[in-house]
Amino acid sequence: MHPALSVIFFTVVSGAGFGLVILSVGLGLLGGVPGLGVSGTLTSIVTGVVLATAGLLASTLHLANPKNAWRAFFRFRTSWLSREAVFSVLFYPCVALYLLGLWSTGGAHGAGMTLVGVLVLLLALATVFATGMIYASLRTIPQWNSPLVPTNYLLLSLASGAVLLTGVTVAFGESPAVAGRLALVLLITAGLAKAVYFFWIGKPQGPTINTAVGATRARIKLLESGQSSDSFLNREFSYEAAAARINQLRIVVYVCGFILPFLLLVALLRTDATPLSLTLALSAPALLGIGLLAERWLFFAEARHVVNLFYGRQQC
Amino acid sequence: MKLGLVIDTDTCVGCHACVVACKQWNTSGTLGPLTDYQPYGEEPSGVAFNRVRTYEVDTYPNNKTINMPMSCMHCETAECVTVCPTGASFKREEDGIVLVDQDKCMGCNLCAWACPYGARELDEAVGTMKKCTLCVDRIYDELLPEADRQPACVITCPTSARAFGDLDDPDSEVSRLVRERNGYQSLPELGYNPVNRYLPPRNKPHAETTPGAPLPSLSERFKSWIDKAIVR
Ligand code: SF4
Ligand code: SF4
Repeated sequence: MHPALSVIFFTVVSGAGFGLVILSVGLGLLGGVPGLGVSGTLTSIVTGVVLATAGLLASTLHLANPKNAWRAFFRFRTSWLSREAVFSVLFYPCVALYLLGLWSTGGAHGAGMTLVGVLVLLLALATVFATGMIYASLRTIPQWNSPLVPTNYLLLSLASGAVLLTGVTVAFGESPAVAGRLALVLLITAGLAKAVYFFWIGKPQGPTINTAVGATRARIKLLESGQSSDSFLNREFSYEAAAARINQLRIVVYVCGFILPFLLLVALLRTDATPLSLTLALSAPALLGIGLLAERWLFFAEARHVVNLFYGRQQC
Repeated sequence: MKLGLVIDTDTCVGCHACVVACKQWNTSGTLGPLTDYQPYGEEPSGVAFNRVRTYEVDTYPNNKTINMPMSCMHCETAECVTVCPTGASFKREEDGIVLVDQDKCMGCNLCAWACPYGARELDEAVGTMKKCTLCVDRIYDELLPEADRQPACVITCPTSARAFGDLDDPDSEVSRLVRERNGYQSLPELGYNPVNRYLPPRNKPHAETTPGAPLPSLSERFKSWIDKAIVR
């Protein structure tokens, strides 16, 4: 699949934003983000909302006819893209209400606040899950058609949210003990789940050119594609990354996305010096961002749409 | 009704006449135009509803060329419709034709991603999704003579490799062809249940031969030769 920059940016940035909101609100419901006061929590939720919004806006850039984007709310019953749109739009009034409540009550969670908080939490989770399901529901792309995909989307969103939350906590001069440990656990879990995914897509398992063309007992090869230059189908679906490039990027994903942020956070939990801890706490999300952009690029570049079978690929 | 095409890969010679006829008819049809990108430039390309690709099956000395024209299969489980967030893509109850409402489409490409057969192409100039309409603007047009109420590709095919009809009706020509010639679906394992079928190559000699009348006797043939010779 062609890796579209707007979609890569959208999924990484809004995933991190929603993750930050989920963790801030989730911890808030459990009695407040440890070490983070009301203004800190407000800041972290607002940061999350800003990131989520930036991502959602970027996602509309890949629409060829954005003037009809408002219609995307009407097929909630069948379409995961529509569900994502609905969840993300319902998220806004709820989170606004929650922020207002937090600001006016100073962090006390009455019944009303708890209800709104739970709603925010569920809608943010549902949005990220729906993003994953948009891809996972496509039977045409074997590398995506798996529960591993929404699992990865959710875990990476939570992990990046936790790393950001650690950053915010340190920026407010508080102890990152809880947020940092949470980030460590989530980074390990997300890294392992992604490793399972990389392992799973390793060997081709999708349909073959034989069932596509319909001669199941003989070797088939494309003689003529019938077109003198690439069509929409080739531009959209026939993207092939070199194996060496894929391996390099997987290293980037693991080194920048998981290992370095992990080490930085470990160092952060062991230091008290403020300027150093701030550097550590802010470079971790930056590195993670680079790692996740590479991860998302690979997610597209390694996906093989079955239409390639008709252009001569032997198996998808 | 379950309208669709049955395409004979045994008779198709890969001449692309159906591709041209499709483009000609549909560029001014309901889902038109089918925009061309740099038609006179270095790399001409453009939207097409129908494409023909050619394959070599098996290896020498058993190799055979197969031409496979492909357009929308008007699948029974049309996931392209399921994933569409705007409701622009729909499948008609009455005849199973899958269409895109150009006024609703937002050009998100998701339906093209969901289609296994490459039947949907984004018109990059207009910004909306385009696809085969099964010539919905021809097959119901009562102003056309009855024989012309067929998709443009079917009418134009010089080898009559394409047949159009109701695959729900067991007595239709298309159903008969599928039954007698073991018509198959492309990528059946994906479960889209495409309506269009392909007929595999025949195993027997291609030309159907019927035994003629016995040869006339030698004297008869001599007489007819004399007749011809005298006239000349
Ligand atoms: S061939 Fe593709 S566009 Fe046509 S109905 Fe099937 S999935 Fe939809
Ligand atoms: S490109 Fe248009 S028709 Fe296709 S899914 Fe998006 S809105 Fe629906």
